[in-house]
Amino acid sequence: MTMLGDRQQLAYIAAQAADARVNVELETEGMTLNIGPQHPATHGTLRIIARLDGEQVVWAEPSAGYMHRGYEKLTEVRTYPQVTALVNRIDWLGSFANEVPFILAAEKLMGVEAPARAQHIRTILFELSRIANVSLFLGDLGVQLGAVTPVFFAFRDREYVLNLIEAATGGRFHPNFDRIGGLKDDLPAGFIDETRMVMKKLRTFCDQIEDLLFGNEIFQSRTRGIGVIPKDVALQYGLSGANLRASGVDWDLRRDQDLPMAWNKADWKVWSHPDGDSFARCWVRLQEVRESTKIVDQLLDTIPAGPVMAKVPKIIKVPEGEAWVSTENPLGEMGYYVVSQGDQGPFRVKIRSASFNNISIVPWVLKGVYVPDIITILASLYFILGDIDR
Amino acid sequence: VFPLSSTDTATEAPRDERRDGEMARITAALGAAVLDSLVKSNDDMWIRVSADAWRTTGETLKSLGYTYFCFLSGIDWLPSPFGKGEDDPTEPTPERDSTIKQGYTGGATRFQVIARVMQPFTSLGVNIKVDIDDSLAIDSWCSVYAGANWHERETHEMFGIGFNGHPDLRNMYLPSDFEGFPLRKDFPLLARIVKPWPGIVDVEPLPGDDEEEGEAS
Repeated sequence: MTMLGDRQQLAYIAAQAADARVNVELETEGMTLNIGPQHPATHGTLRIIARLDGEQVVWAEPSAGYMHRGYEKLTEVRTYPQVTALVNRIDWLGSFANEVPFILAAEKLMGVEAPARAQHIRTILFELSRIANVSLFLGDLGVQLGAVTPVFFAFRDREYVLNLIEAATGGRFHPNFDRIGGLKDDLPAGFIDETRMVMKKLRTFCDQIEDLLFGNEIFQSRTRGIGVIPKDVALQYGLSGANLRASGVDWDLRRDQDLPMAWNKADWKVWSHPDGDSFARCWVRLQEVRESTKIVDQLLDTIPAGPVMAKVPKIIKVPEGEAWVSTENPLGEMGYYVVSQGDQGPFRVKIRSASFNNISIVPWVLKGVYVPDIITILASLYFILGDIDR
Repeated sequence: VFPLSSTDTATEAPRDERRDGEMARITAALGAAVLDSLVKSNDDMWIRVSADAWRTTGETLKSLGYTYFCFLSGIDWLPSPFGKGEDDPTEPTPERDSTIKQGYTGGATRFQVIARVMQPFTSLGVNIKVDIDDSLAIDSWCSVYAGANWHERETHEMFGIGFNGHPDLRNMYLPSDFEGFPLRKDFPLLARIVKPWPGIVDVEPLPGDDEEEGEAS
């Protein structure tokens, strides 16, 4: 205190007095609620700090970073083909989908295009990882809202899809199958028939989930009108995927973007919902799984013949330049901004993952909700920790 | 056969009218703020703006329909003094070129901030770059795109670039007393320094030169 000048000293005393008065006047005390880092609703280790006034949240802040692996730094010491092994682990439930935009960006810089057959198989595997990813979401959603049955269905039926991915790529979770210029291998024998059968099962699964969950009165009353995100807010925060479409934005990068993939060769529909609440987000995802099974079914009929790998040099050197490619991944828009300086490895890779933006809206959307709705909203926003922290 | 398309054919490709038109709209609206611009046909758009106009650039683009905020990050153009982290620790450190060479739309500084915004439905996006001078600070975009909040926090933490007017520039990933900025090129990748990269001991001579095309495997 002796260090302070007179005016500062006066200001300090005044501040102290003001604090003391506030403390006397306060009758109730807020409470801080910690959710996580180890909570089933967090799909990993996200911690949410919520300040409550009674049952209502007045302030909430997610605290990520428990799983930051520094992929952006690591890519700078890897060669291009090595990067796919890293980015595989960003959204670990739909791994193959993570590899595709990176490979497409590298191909764009090199001026290589994968053969038609490879593009077709890529799209099939991409949609299979979406089905594996989102079907787990549909089951998990039930558990978080107190319905135990759906999750068993989800794990059972996801296993069929994982088996298909394993048969084609050799890895259940981390295929590392996509290569610059095509794919590592062709599809195994019997894959097409097996996939058709599994797609039928998955459609039954969707019907079951719709009966069990979406038609359930408790589920509806817990999700309808909860966590409403209007269109313009969703766009500002960069929400993508089903979260954005559930806010009434009919925008799907698979349909509205010109990429060397085979989505435009199938007939399917982009679903959106005008409500913007938790129910809408879940419902849009359910429809997405159905559409994905349709896409896979149609693409299986039309796989073109030919090689699965273009002619590329053994040592891949990518010419100087910058490229941005993003795709509509299971969680939303996933993109890579790749800067090359003509080396064997990238100079800088910015990984734009969907969950990072999707979860940055949490402080906004949790303001004023009741405690049990926190779980509903987090579950319906659907994020994967690896996809936030990267 | 799917040959590599040569890079010089790309420049002869027909102009992309949609993107050219959009770029004309953007440069007209931003005026003198645009220092350089680039349109790659059927690919993407880039602009570089002056640092004073950073916030107004965001506002203008938003009013032009670029309402979707995609990402914001930084680039450190200094070539890494550690190379690929594959140096043999028993050998003296090799001399490395430290000339800074910026990418598309150029630049004058070591650090640049890059952001991308998109028009929903049309899927047209524009990458906006801005030079960061020695003050290492720039206006925040939080008041324009609310989603910039976390991206700016991340950029601040990883590159040490400040954002004037940001409500809360706390670290997201690292402890608050962490020293250094991990994504800067002169920040060593410690894993490669503590233990040499095992790849350096078993390098086999690869068949053929870089020029020679290998078999499609």
